[in-house]
Amino acid sequence: MPPLTDLMHKGRKVAQHRPWSRAVVDAADWSRAAGELARGNCSLLALWGEPSAVHMAISDKAGGEIVVLSVDCPGHTYPSVGMRHPPAIRLERAISDLFGLSAEDLPDTRPWLDHGSWGVRFPLGNRVKALSKPAPYRFLPVEGDGLHQIPVGPVHAGIIEPGHFRFTASGETVVRLEQRLGYTHKGIEGLMSGADLERAAQLAGRVSGDSTVAYAYAFSKAAEAALKIAAPDRAVWLRALLAELERLANHLGDIGAICNDASFALMHAHCSVLRESVLRAANDVFGHRLMRDIIVPGGVTRDLGDDGKEIIHAALDNLRLRFPTLVELYDNTASLQDRTFGTGSLKPALASQYAAGGYVGRASGRAFDARRNLAYPPYDALRFEVPVLNDGDVNARVWIRVREVEQSLSLIDQILHRLPKGPSRIPVRPLEEVGEGMAMVEGFRGDVLVWLRLRGGRIERCHLRDPSWFQWPLLEAVIEDNIVADFPLCNKSFNCSYSGQDL
Amino acid sequence: MRKLLFQSLFRPPFTERAPSPDDAALNELATAVGRAARRRLGRSLSIREIDAGSCNACELEIHALNNAYYDVERFGLRFVASPRHADILMVTGPVTKNMREALARTYHATPDPKWVVAVGDCAKDGGCFSGSYAVVGGVGDVIPIDLHIPGCPPTPMAMLKGLLALLERVAGAGTA
Repeated sequence: MPPLTDLMHKGRKVAQHRPWSRAVVDAADWSRAAGELARGNCSLLALWGEPSAVHMAISDKAGGEIVVLSVDCPGHTYPSVGMRHPPAIRLERAISDLFGLSAEDLPDTRPWLDHGSWGVRFPLGNRVKALSKPAPYRFLPVEGDGLHQIPVGPVHAGIIEPGHFRFTASGETVVRLEQRLGYTHKGIEGLMSGADLERAAQLAGRVSGDSTVAYAYAFSKAAEAALKIAAPDRAVWLRALLAELERLANHLGDIGAICNDASFALMHAHCSVLRESVLRAANDVFGHRLMRDIIVPGGVTRDLGDDGKEIIHAALDNLRLRFPTLVELYDNTASLQDRTFGTGSLKPALASQYAAGGYVGRASGRAFDARRNLAYPPYDALRFEVPVLNDGDVNARVWIRVREVEQSLSLIDQILHRLPKGPSRIPVRPLEEVGEGMAMVEGFRGDVLVWLRLRGGRIERCHLRDPSWFQWPLLEAVIEDNIVADFPLCNKSFNCSYSGQDL
Repeated sequence: MRKLLFQSLFRPPFTERAPSPDDAALNELATAVGRAARRRLGRSLSIREIDAGSCNACELEIHALNNAYYDVERFGLRFVASPRHADILMVTGPVTKNMREALARTYHATPDPKWVVAVGDCAKDGGCFSGSYAVVGGVGDVIPIDLHIPGCPPTPMAMLKGLLALLERVAGAGTA
């Protein structure tokens, strides 16, 4: 019997959970699931807490079959997944910080999001007063002759989010990078609890600004699943249009910015112009450059008229004219490729172990794209390819983005051509009963997962998992044996979200 | 690459290529910012950006200030890597408790005279994140601010306007 089905049968199924199944299992079966993850038989999608329970979402290796397992923690402990499956370590450290639930035998018990400055501990669980003198954070020890350390951040040298990087280098070569994140922790999941749907959707769209569409999209789908309603057809297609425009803008920005970090400013200048053209079209059509607060539970707040279609078509025509020249420029500039080729290589085995989403996974042989593997509407009715490469270097992550730009152009054409008529929003009425919903949506960076429980029209608990949770640790791995000067290049090619991870 | 550079020589700049009310406003604004910046600091005004806990949307739009459409460097306004080189701090986000100290230390590392611009709705009072256990509030709760630019996120145009307003006020007050 396949491992997932077997685990589900042993647990107590939760009827109110949609669209995938959730089962409450005992500690032994929870540990068995951790074992399956460690053996590589399934992928960890998310791991999150509640005041006295812990949940994890896992999928089969192909990524199409998903289950949620829960374990009750009456003694405030649960068997560690991270002990056997390292991708869970940071998630378990975060659960400990927020809920005070500890993973037994977790190899790394240092705090993660809690920097000792909140004034409370376990803010989402049984709150206690913070320690008057929090213990200083201990970075991992590094020993060896002639090593030196370079601490960077939290305030960085560019226009970027805050985080701390501790490099240990031997000469110019990086021996170890250790990240310390959590600086932008805003307590979003705490604000979610008790919020009505409107406010919760607003918060979801502000988890990571570059993915505001993807988050609002995933949140709305999860809320609709919990409420047992479906958005109207036209809204389903408009949401995909918004998602593809967001992907286009971000990929164009990233391709330029990666080249800029190799000091090739020309690509950056031209790509920024193309990105701006997409944002201006979005603003003209949807009234907001980043398309924020357009997707809501029940549909979308802005519809698209004939003039809107024309504006988008004009923007796409311009991209089709200008983008190929830039791709050719990238492909024919040896001095630029000298920097990107073979730099920051991520091994396919690691990408698979961490179930890395987006271009990080797909540049390292992991052929997962939520639009394809979960085939949520309207993507089940659209033609597109999912580009996959095996090299895993900066160059491969650039090429995945290039190919995805081309795919998004085609997808937007198809959507505009086949956009169904009808209402774009339906009223949303709260259910009397408790409902749980979950959704996964492919953002530009990877799959965004949202899980929530609604009670009487309000959020009881909502968890939002950014794809960066499983990409940040891999950045630590790929920088090893590269030179310090190549770190910005590697970092930009990953372009992980600080705010999405810190929440 | 030569072909692309060659074409760029003959192509009109993006700011002027598609004249529309927005571009006209930009031009007008651009000249005014340029004049005020020159009068005050002689063609060079350095900006240091600090994310004190934002969702990164404000950062995206601040980045856009550097693209060919807005091109802030035309006016002598440029983004620098260190607070030691800065005249203006542009601060985004609700200030998280985890960033409070870093923000204060960056402020103190910036030499006088200096001005602080709080960017975005969250930077005013914490915005939709206010009331959270992890959020201090607005930028003004940690360091003194000279100007607030509203928006979620503010458009690059709104930010240009804001920088102009700041320059006018600084020049008008005659203080440094």
